[in-house]
Amino acid sequence: MFLCQYACILSLYSCFLRHARSRNYVSESEVCKLESVPLDFGDYHPLKPITVTESKTKKMNRKGSTSSTSSSSSSSMLDPLSSVLDGTDPLSLFAAAADPVTTTATMDSTRKKRDKDDSPAVGSDFEPWSSKRGEILARYTTTEKLSINLYMGSEKGKAATTGSAVSEKVRTRLEELDDLEEGSQKELLNLTQQDYMNRIEELNQSLKDAWSSDQKVKALKIVIQCSKLLSDTTVIQFYPSKFVLITDILDTFGKLVYERIQSMCVDNRVSLPDNFSPECVNDTAKETCLNWFFKIASIRELIPRFYVEAAILKCNKFLSKTGISECLPRLTSMIRGIGDPLVAVYARAYLCRVGMEVAPQLKESLNKNFFDFLLTFKQIHGDTVQNQLIVQCVEIPLYLTLYSPAIDWILQCIAYRAPEILLTEMMERCKKLGNNALLLNSVMSAFRAEFIAARSMDFIGMIKECDESGFPKHLLFRSLGLNLALADPPENDCLQILNEAWKVITKLKNPQDYINCAEVWVEYTCRHFTKREVNTVLADVIKHMTPDRAFEDAYPQLQSIIQKVITYIYDFSLLFSVEKFLPFLDMFQKESVRVEVCKCIMESFIKHQQESTKDPVILNALLHICKTMHDSVNALTLEDEKRMLAALINGFIKMVSFGRDFEQQLSFYVEARSTFCNLEPVLVQLIHSVNQLAMETRKVMKGNHSRKTAAFVRACVAFCFITIPSLSSIFTRLNLYLHSGQVALANQCLSQADAFFKAAVSLVPEVPKMISVDGKMRPSDAFLLEFLCNFFSTLLVVPDHPEQGVLFLVRGLLNVIQDYTWEDNSDDKIRIYTNVLHLLSAMTQEAYIYHVDKVDSNDTLYGGDSKFLAEINKLCETVIAQILDHLKTLGKEETLKRQSQLALYFFNTILAHGDLRNNKLNQLSVNLWNLAQKHGFADTKTMVKTLEYIKRRSNQPEMSHFTDLALRLPLQSRT
Amino acid sequence: MTEKAKKPSRSNRFSHCCLPIQIINSTIEMVKPGKLPSGKTEIPFEFPLHMKGNKVLYETYHGVFVNIQYTLRCDMRRSLLAKDLTKTCEFIVHSLSQKGKPMPSPVDFTITPETLQNVKERASLPKFLIRGHLSSTNCIITQPLTGELVVENADAAVKSIELQLVRVETCGCAEGYARDATEIQNIQIADGDVCRGLPIPIYMVFPRLFTCPTLETTNFKVEFEVNIVVLLHDDHLITENFPLKLCRM
Repeated sequence: MFLCQYACILSLYSCFLRHARSRNYVSESEVCKLESVPLDFGDYHPLKPITVTESKTKKMNRKGSTSSTSSSSSSSMLDPLSSVLDGTDPLSLFAAAADPVTTTATMDSTRKKRDKDDSPAVGSDFEPWSSKRGEILARYTTTEKLSINLYMGSEKGKAATTGSAVSEKVRTRLEELDDLEEGSQKELLNLTQQDYMNRIEELNQSLKDAWSSDQKVKALKIVIQCSKLLSDTTVIQFYPSKFVLITDILDTFGKLVYERIQSMCVDNRVSLPDNFSPECVNDTAKETCLNWFFKIASIRELIPRFYVEAAILKCNKFLSKTGISECLPRLTSMIRGIGDPLVAVYARAYLCRVGMEVAPQLKESLNKNFFDFLLTFKQIHGDTVQNQLIVQCVEIPLYLTLYSPAIDWILQCIAYRAPEILLTEMMERCKKLGNNALLLNSVMSAFRAEFIAARSMDFIGMIKECDESGFPKHLLFRSLGLNLALADPPENDCLQILNEAWKVITKLKNPQDYINCAEVWVEYTCRHFTKREVNTVLADVIKHMTPDRAFEDAYPQLQSIIQKVITYIYDFSLLFSVEKFLPFLDMFQKESVRVEVCKCIMESFIKHQQESTKDPVILNALLHICKTMHDSVNALTLEDEKRMLAALINGFIKMVSFGRDFEQQLSFYVEARSTFCNLEPVLVQLIHSVNQLAMETRKVMKGNHSRKTAAFVRACVAFCFITIPSLSSIFTRLNLYLHSGQVALANQCLSQADAFFKAAVSLVPEVPKMISVDGKMRPSDAFLLEFLCNFFSTLLVVPDHPEQGVLFLVRGLLNVIQDYTWEDNSDDKIRIYTNVLHLLSAMTQEAYIYHVDKVDSNDTLYGGDSKFLAEINKLCETVIAQILDHLKTLGKEETLKRQSQLALYFFNTILAHGDLRNNKLNQLSVNLWNLAQKHGFADTKTMVKTLEYIKRRSNQPEMSHFTDLALRLPLQSRT
Repeated sequence: MTEKAKKPSRSNRFSHCCLPIQIINSTIEMVKPGKLPSGKTEIPFEFPLHMKGNKVLYETYHGVFVNIQYTLRCDMRRSLLAKDLTKTCEFIVHSLSQKGKPMPSPVDFTITPETLQNVKERASLPKFLIRGHLSSTNCIITQPLTGELVVENADAAVKSIELQLVRVETCGCAEGYARDATEIQNIQIADGDVCRGLPIPIYMVFPRLFTCPTLETTNFKVEFEVNIVVLLHDDHLITENFPLKLCRM
C-alpha cells in the first residue's frame, strides 16, 4: 500500500516544474502588503526608547521595598524588563552594593540596618572607613616575620614575665576569660604577612562559628585575644594594617552582640523600631546586655578592655538613653592610660570610628580625642619611643608616616560638616606644636579640599618651614596637590602655587618621591593651565625619570599621569601638539604597560572624538599607537585581549575619513591592512570599510561609473578579493565573499562578482561539522543553511557567464551540496533542495522579483527562452527526485515524524510555487498531504490552518481550482 | 504529697574554730497528700524569711573562708514503692538599700620614694612623683570606683599601673581571730610608659558575686581594700593601699 503510494508520487514529480505557477510579483505585493497606517509620532511606540527614571538606588537597597520606582515615559505601558527587575536594573544594584556608604558588612540585613542608622547625621559625603581600609592594607606592608601570641591556655606561663601584681591562684580564676580552649597555648612565629592575614581571617571565622554554635564565652575570648595583639608593636611598620585586620574582627563581634540582644527584644514577633527607647527593651535583654558589660569591665588588661567595650558601644542603647554619651568621654580618657603613642592614636581612631557610626552627633569626644592626642604628641620624641625605633631599625620619617591613617581618620571625623571656625582653630593648634609636618599632612588630607585650596599659599609657607628631618616633605606636597586636584585655589594664586610647588618638587632627588608628587600635581596643571605648562611639566618628568632608567619602577605613576593628561586634554589635535607627549610615551618600555597606556589613549579617542578626521598628526600618532597595540599580539595573547585590541583599532579606522578623496582613503586602508595583519577582526573591518567605500563611490556617481571610478571600484574589489583568503574563520570568509560579490555586482563588475561567488562555492565543502561559537563547539549546519539560503537568493539576479553553461553557479553549488557530507540523521540537505525549488520557480518567471540596478539578470538575457526553461526543468526533476527519495527512506518507525514534517514542507512549497491546475501536480500534493497525516505526527492545528488558507485563496481570482483541492484534502482527526 | 521548703544555712568554715551556723530554717507544706493530676503542674508558693532567734539576715556572699548561702530544698514524698524526690537550688539575698547617702570621702594621695614603707634600699629607687585622688572611699557597690592619677615625673619608664581590689575576711572566735586577704579583681589602667602630667582615669566596676557590702558582725568581718600598683620598667613594684567601705544604695 505504502509502496504503491510512493510509486504514485514518484510518477508525478516530473510534471512539477512545467507547471510552475506564473507570478506577477507587483500585483501580489500590492495584495499582500500590510495595510499602512499613518503613524502619529506623539503616540507611544513599542520601540520608542523608554526613559526609566531611577530614584536613588540607595533607597531601594535600604528599604528592600517591592514597589517599583521606575516610571516610563509613556504611562500606558510598563517596560516588562524593568517590572521584572523591580525597577532596579542589576547593574545599578551592583553599583549600589559597591556604594561606599554601604560598608563592607558581610550580612545584607545589617548593612541595611546600619545604613538607616547612619543616615541622620552621616551622609554619603562622609568617606567611610571601608574605603580607607584597602588603602592602608596596601600601603603598610612588611617583609619581616610576624608572630601571633594567643595565650588561649591558662596564663601560668605568662605570669612571671608580665610581672604584674596578681597572685597566681587568683589569676587562674580571673583570667578564665582569657582561655580559649583549656590548655591550648598558641604561639605562631615566623609568619609572613600573608600567613598573618590568613590567621586573622581564620580567627574571624572561628569567632563567627563560635557565636553561631552558641559558644558566647569562646567568642569573647577570641575577641579579647585578638585585641591583645594590638598592644604588640613589634614589626611596627605593619601596625596600621594589623589594626585594620583586627578591628574588622571587633566590628563583627560588636554586630553579633548587638543583633543578639536586639533579637531578644522581639515581642509578639514585632521587632524593635529603629529609634527605640530603652523602655521598650525587656528585662531579659537588658540583663544580658548588662552581663556583657560586666564581663568586659573585668578584663584585666587595658587595651583589650578598651577595644572590646568600644566594639559593643552601640549596645548601650538598650540600657539607657544617655549611655553612649556617658561612655564615649570615659573611653576617651581611658586611652590616656595607653603609654605607646602609636597604639594610643589608633585606639583613638577606633573610638572615633565607632563613635561616628553610633552617635555622630557627639562631636565633643571627637575633639577631645584630638586634643588629648596633641597633649601626648611630645611622647613621640621621648626616649621610650626612640629606643624602640633603634631596636627595630626604623627611621623617624617612616615611623611618623605610620601615624597618618589614624590622624587622618580622626581629623576627617572632626572636619565632617564642621564649621569653618573649628577647622581654623584646629589648624592653629597644630601650628603651635613643633615639627607639625605630620599634623599638617593630616589636616590636608582630612579637611575639606575647598578649605585647604583657599589657603594654599599659607600651606606652602608652612610646609617650607617644616623641619627637614621629620616627616617627609614630598608627602606634604603630595597631600596639598591632592586637595588642589579637587578644589580650585583663588584664581590669582594659581600660577604662583604651581611655581612654588614645582620648585620644591623638581629638587626631589629620589625618583620615587619625585614621581609620587609629580603624579598628583600634573592634574592640577592640566586643570588650570594650557598645553604650554603641561608640556613643561611633562618635560620635567621625563628629565627626572630617564636617568638610570628610573621610569622602570614608576610605571603606575607614569600611567596615571598619562591618564590625567588625556582626561583633561581630549582634543587629540591639541594633545598631539604637546611636544613632549610622544617622548613621554617612549618611557613606557615594558611592553605590557606600553600596551595598557595605548589602550587608554585609544579608549579616550573613541570616547571623545566626535567627527572623523584626516589630520595627519593625529593619524600618524594614532597609527603608531595602534601599531604598538597590534605588535603586542603573539601566540600567547588571550582571545579576549585580542578582541579588545581589535575593537579599539576598529574604532580608530572608522574615525578616519578623507572626505571625497577616495583614493587616499583606499591607500590608508591598504596601509592599515599591512600594519594590522595579525588581527582578523581588523581585517574584516577593513573589508567592510572598503566595500563601503565602493558603494560610496557608486552613490557619488549615481550608479554610472566613469572610466576612472570603474577602475577605482575594481581596485576596491581586488582589495577585498585578496584580503578575504587570509582570514581563518570559514563563515566569515563565506559571508564576506558573498557580501563582496554583491558589492561587485552592484558596481557592475560582473566577472569579479563571478569570481567571488565561485570562491564561495568552492569554499563550502570545507565547512566543518562543528564550529566554535563564543568558545563553545556548536554544530555548523544551522549557519550553513542560513548562508546557503542567502546565497541562493543572490544567485537569482546573477547573470550567467557567456562562456559557461546555463545556471553555472547554481549547478556548481548544487553539486557541492550533493557531495557535502551531511549529518547522518539530518534533513538539512532536503530542506535546502526544497528551497532550491523556490529559486528555480522564481527563475522561470518573466520578470524577476528583484534586480540589481544596471545589471541584466537572466530574465532579460534569455527572455523566457524555452531552452533555458527546459534546463531549469531538468534541474527541478533532479531535485524533486532527491526529495522524494529521501521521503521514502524516512519510512521507518523512528523517522516518521520527520517524514511528516518534510512532506508538509514540500506540500507548502508546491502550494506556493506550483501550478495546481495541473492534475498530476495536484495529485502529488494530495499524496503529500496524506503522507504528512498518515502516522498521526502532523500537528492538527497547522493542518487546519493550512486548509483554511487554501479555502481563503480559492476566493481569489484565478484560484478557483483551490476549491477542488480543498475538497480533496481530508483532515485526519487524532483519534 | 508534700513539698518541704528551705533549709538555709550559713557555713563559716575557718580554722577549726567555727562550724557552719544555721541562721534560718523554715518549712512549709505546699500540697496536701493526695494525687497530682497528670501532666505539668505548677505550684505557687511564698514564705517570709524569718530569722532564727535574733540573728541578722545577711546578703548572699561567696568568699574563700566566709560563705553566706541560702538554699531552697523541695522534697516530694512518695508511696512506699517509689523513691522520694529532692531538688535543691540556691537563691540570692540582696539586702535592702541602706537609708541615707554615704558621706563622700575623697582621698588625695601622693606617692614618692619617700612615702614608701618597707623599702630596703631607698637609695636604689628611681625618682618618681605620682599624684592622684579617689573620688570617695565610701563606695556604692553598684557604682564604679573612680578617681584620677597623674604621673608627674618618673626616672624609670612606667610599665603598668593596676588597680587591685582585695577582700579581707576576718574570722573571730574563742581562740582569737584569723585574717586573710584575697585579690578578687585586677584592672590595668595604664599600659606602657604613659605621658607625664596627663591625668589617667581610675575606674573600676565592682564585680558582682565577689563583692558585697562591707560586713562587720561579732563572729566575722568582710572588708575591701583597693591597691594602686605601679610597676616600673626595672621591676620596681610600688603599692599604695586604700581601705574601702562598700554599701548598697
